[in-house]
Amino acid sequence: MLKRVHFPTSALPYLLVAPQILITLVFFIWPASQAMYQSFLIEDAFGLGTEFVWFENFEILWSDRHYLASFQRTAVFSLLVAGLSMGVALLLAGFAQRVVRGAMFYRTLLIWPYAVAPVLAGALWVFMFNPTLGIFPYFLEFAGITWNHYLNGTQAMVLVILAAAWKQVAYNFLFYLAAMQSIPNSVIEAAAIDGAGPARRFWTIIFPLISPTTFFLLVINMVYAFFETFGIIHAVTQGGPGTSTTILVYKVFNDGFVGLDLGGSAAQSVVLMVLVIAMTVVQFRFVERKVAY
Amino acid sequence: MVENRPLTAFLTHLVLILGVIAIALPVWITFVAATHDQLRMNQAPLPLWPGDHFLDNMKQTLFGSGLSGTETAPVWLMLLNSLAMALMISTGKIAISLLSAFAIVYFKFPFRMTFFWMIFITLMLPVEVRILPTFEVVANLGMLNSYWGLSIPLIASATATFMFRQVFLTVPDELLESARIDGAGPLRFFFDILLPLSRTNIAALFVILFIFGWNQYLWPLLITTDTSMTTIVMSIKQMLEAAEQSPQWNIIMTTALLAMIPPVFVVIAMQKLFVQGLTETDK
Repeated sequence: MLKRVHFPTSALPYLLVAPQILITLVFFIWPASQAMYQSFLIEDAFGLGTEFVWFENFEILWSDRHYLASFQRTAVFSLLVAGLSMGVALLLAGFAQRVVRGAMFYRTLLIWPYAVAPVLAGALWVFMFNPTLGIFPYFLEFAGITWNHYLNGTQAMVLVILAAAWKQVAYNFLFYLAAMQSIPNSVIEAAAIDGAGPARRFWTIIFPLISPTTFFLLVINMVYAFFETFGIIHAVTQGGPGTSTTILVYKVFNDGFVGLDLGGSAAQSVVLMVLVIAMTVVQFRFVERKVAY
Repeated sequence: MVENRPLTAFLTHLVLILGVIAIALPVWITFVAATHDQLRMNQAPLPLWPGDHFLDNMKQTLFGSGLSGTETAPVWLMLLNSLAMALMISTGKIAISLLSAFAIVYFKFPFRMTFFWMIFITLMLPVEVRILPTFEVVANLGMLNSYWGLSIPLIASATATFMFRQVFLTVPDELLESARIDGAGPLRFFFDILLPLSRTNIAALFVILFIFGWNQYLWPLLITTDTSMTTIVMSIKQMLEAAEQSPQWNIIMTTALLAMIPPVFVVIAMQKLFVQGLTETDK
């Protein structure tokens, strides 16, 4: 943590950390503790008074059918986004790793969606699936499927999952490729000499060896699906139709900024914070174990 | 690779090309939409091949008054706002993180660990979960509708500090020892030795943070009400909403294309650094 050789104590280190600490305090620690404090308050509808209610907001949440449904929806959503984007990325990385000529070419063409904002990904997909004009509904019609994600909750969910996964494939692809390239060639060659074909080598050698990366990506992708997909949901479905795509982070925003239920929204924030902290701790332990100083 | 059979080679390229097509398809469709006029964009099925209105659409999007019937800032101003925000976030974050990582790694002082944990905690809380109170703070400080309000609250994050801490920890101790024997003070050591040594990390981080800043959505949406402060990414949503009344998909998709080009360009131009940064910061 600290260098063996270091500078003597003076005022300088305080000056050096001051900007970071100041910004952290003002824009991070203070708002986060406010969120926690607000989660213990109930404000009356006209904003005239507040009452300190301890855990009532949380109790309301746990007995709220909509909140629990949103929890479940978020779990389904994140698992599908993570599964889809990691699966496609693994497939592509597995093949890209075999390519010698044109490796750079493929890599460039596969990683750029990383740079696309989630809300733009949403706009692209909502345009392709526009019920009256879009390309896909036009072709789906031939298959006997009537597409209208403004009316059909399941279709709306499919659309946001596709958009969210599309954007995330690039990121997962990079990590899988890096992990596969760090496997010593001799291991794979030895297996080939023993007569293992490409598919068998993949499942018995490569896949187990990259399992730490898989675990790491799973956490990263869950966090991504939990938070960063807000833009996609907001642009594509606004949580609807009904509440069929209202995932947790959208509900925090919706209840807080639109519904003005400050206490309830804050309580939801706190639940989300606990979730992220848990995920970050898991991830950090993993990272600490992997990184050698 | 190990064996070289034509069939597997063919299969490999086939899968990769299919992957590239699947990844590129949405953007191809966007591009095609940006090359047709409004009339054509309102007839189903939509075209799959580019038309000849690309320059017209570009001109109308960049310098026109946006969509008819909506009051938005001109797109060139939005691009400028996004650029300012992305640059302020990336340079600001790199600057404060370099300094604090330097202090934490190279100095022994009271409350060192307290500061470390204070910074560490921020790693865990995305802006989305503390959005209301943060909004209040910014409003109370009078920073709504300003570049400061857009960027400073997003500068407070720990990832960059952690990366630099990691980088500094790999710098050999002998360097500091010899620098001190030569009579260099802490600042001299920082600027002459540490900064040059972390050059590639700074560049890689810059790419990542630029994209992070450019792609911000919820935050600018909340704290800018003045149309002259709109960023390009957040304008897409307003345009999508307006599309329900007067669908000008050619203009919307041209805007989407414009919003996508700078970050994608940065990633492709600095691919090597970016890949290195991505695989090394998070692991």
